[in-house]
Amino acid sequence: MSILVDRNTRVVFQGFTGREASFHAQASIDYGTKVVGGVTPGKGGQTHLDLPVFNTVAEAMKQTGANASVIFVPPPFAADAIMEATEAGLPLVVCITEGIPTADMVRVRTFMQNRSTRLIGPNCPGIISPGKCKIGIMPAHIHKQGNVGVVSRSGTLTYEAVGQLSKLDIGQSTCIGIGGDPIIGTTFVDAIELFNADPDTHAIVMIGEIGGNAEETAAAYIQEHVKKPVVGFIAGQTAPPGRRMGHAGAIISGGAGKAEDKMKAMERAGIAVCASPAEIGETIKNRLSAAR
Amino acid sequence: MKIHEYQAKAILAKYDVPVPRGEVAFTVDEVEIAARKIGGSVVVKAQIHAGGRGKGGGVKVAKDAAEAVEIAKKMLGMKLVTHQTGPEGRIVQRLLVEETLPIERELYLGIVLDRAQGTPVFMASAAGGMEIEEVAAKTPELILKEALEPGYGLAAFQGRNLAFGMGIPAASVNAAVAAMSALSKAYLANDASLAEINPFILTKDGKVYALDAKITLDDNALYRHKDLVELRDLNEEDPLEVEASRFSLNYIKLDGNIACMVNGAGLAMATMDIVKYAGGSPANFLDVGGGANAEQIKNAFRILLSDPGVKAVLINIFGGILRCDVLATGVVNASRELNVQVPVVVRMEGTNVEKGQEILKASGLNFTIANGMKDAAEKVVRAAAGSGRS
Repeated sequence: MSILVDRNTRVVFQGFTGREASFHAQASIDYGTKVVGGVTPGKGGQTHLDLPVFNTVAEAMKQTGANASVIFVPPPFAADAIMEATEAGLPLVVCITEGIPTADMVRVRTFMQNRSTRLIGPNCPGIISPGKCKIGIMPAHIHKQGNVGVVSRSGTLTYEAVGQLSKLDIGQSTCIGIGGDPIIGTTFVDAIELFNADPDTHAIVMIGEIGGNAEETAAAYIQEHVKKPVVGFIAGQTAPPGRRMGHAGAIISGGAGKAEDKMKAMERAGIAVCASPAEIGETIKNRLSAAR
Repeated sequence: MKIHEYQAKAILAKYDVPVPRGEVAFTVDEVEIAARKIGGSVVVKAQIHAGGRGKGGGVKVAKDAAEAVEIAKKMLGMKLVTHQTGPEGRIVQRLLVEETLPIERELYLGIVLDRAQGTPVFMASAAGGMEIEEVAAKTPELILKEALEPGYGLAAFQGRNLAFGMGIPAASVNAAVAAMSALSKAYLANDASLAEINPFILTKDGKVYALDAKITLDDNALYRHKDLVELRDLNEEDPLEVEASRFSLNYIKLDGNIACMVNGAGLAMATMDIVKYAGGSPANFLDVGGGANAEQIKNAFRILLSDPGVKAVLINIFGGILRCDVLATGVVNASRELNVQVPVVVRMEGTNVEKGQEILKASGLNFTIANGMKDAAEKVVRAAAGSGRS
């Protein structure tokens, strides 16, 4: 098993005919993901990558039976794309777009309340259940099917962790990048809850970074609910306060959001916290063999 | 994007937040003209993008225009060091000349995003004039909060909750509520990520004013605020960071001697961490982004090396969209063109990694190839220690 996406996931691409979307749609198809079509307003009726293009998400859903979408729409229009997919009733929406204004996401968040759609991202690499379904921009070949769930706020740092696991012959059930923005759909707690309930996920890797307090909240949840081994890492231990380290969310302001506090909270919750990012794979290996 | 106090006050005034009468001045002559126009005693305030100006000698009261001129002569061009500028300080190039006001009480007003709730939150505190972080740490009960309803500003009843909560006298509550509501409108309409009035003062005659103002704008929303883009002051930014932003590179200068070039913000932070863990000190944060091309790599390299403190370079790339062969080509070209003298350690992983390593080897240049992050960090720390560049 896996969480959120598997062989039955049918994906439409929003912003389908753009350069980035085309490249990643082809990569997803090559991986075996069931890509069923795309949406580009004004290009409905055309064919792209041998797949149908629709003007609206609702139409694409009706015609293709899609149950997920992935958004490659430029930042000024991305919030609208998320709301369109939500209104159409897609169960899962993955937003890759980086640079959406915060005020737009405040609106999206309110819009999505009391609606059943789950959002992953924005500003994230997407989600992959190795061997089954890839929705996003991650390099497929570094993944390996298996039993470790990976959840992360970062893109390439997730690849780093996954690469370490696969090199040690430790496969992954699902890897999910929740995104680096201050306002995101799926949180650490949401993802960890799903991994905890998934019988095929035997251990969890959680990669956080400075800013906010999502890691502390997740640590509290893990302490109370999760018996599976959890390994953690926090990026930005050496970042200077007040500076924005690439991700809009990665700002330490005041005393809040510091790596040190996050690591302490995670350790208190029984999470094996790696001081060095090079130790993530080995630490999982040790935890898994100790659990046996 | 940060803006100056006088720019923030101009925005606030547009939304009817009461601000002291004042003018910005770039020269001593302009200070004199402004001071005469305002009349009586004035306050001269250095305009830099950092807090703590008062303690650093950047805020002075003059009894008349003549004294304001004397203050301006010293202040313009001076290096102002505060706890937020770092030891290098900032050169003062603009002054704000303002009327003085009879202060009765100093309060705090601020709006930031509450990430947990996903909405902006309005904060108010009777402990004005202090840094809010300090208040939050020592006396969190003194900070009152009201969440802003998305799409709307602060409701009048929320404003009253805050105003009465801070102990504002009944006669001044309406004025305070109007100012708070105006602040929330300014925050929302300009896509601010932070708006702060500290202190928000109550005068002896019962009026309210924004005595200081700080607004930070959401970079991602600047595309829809062309007028605000013009408020950017490049003098307040590190020249290398400005140069990097021209090539869509995310660069932040730090104090160490090991330059880092990484793709992805999280991995870039983790690379800085592991360099420190291995006993070294990073010279910068640099994220070349997910889809960097050879040209961007070259510019990134050039910017890294223009920092004279750099003794070694660590390139850590996990190739996804950015292919390792593209990276290697960029690095080789840049090294040749820039005649790189410091040791360069390259760690590549992911898409087309073998091709990338072949390109590095075939170049005949002296790259150290590392296997994994730990190996890379250790190699670059050793290289920096042994590097001849001083």
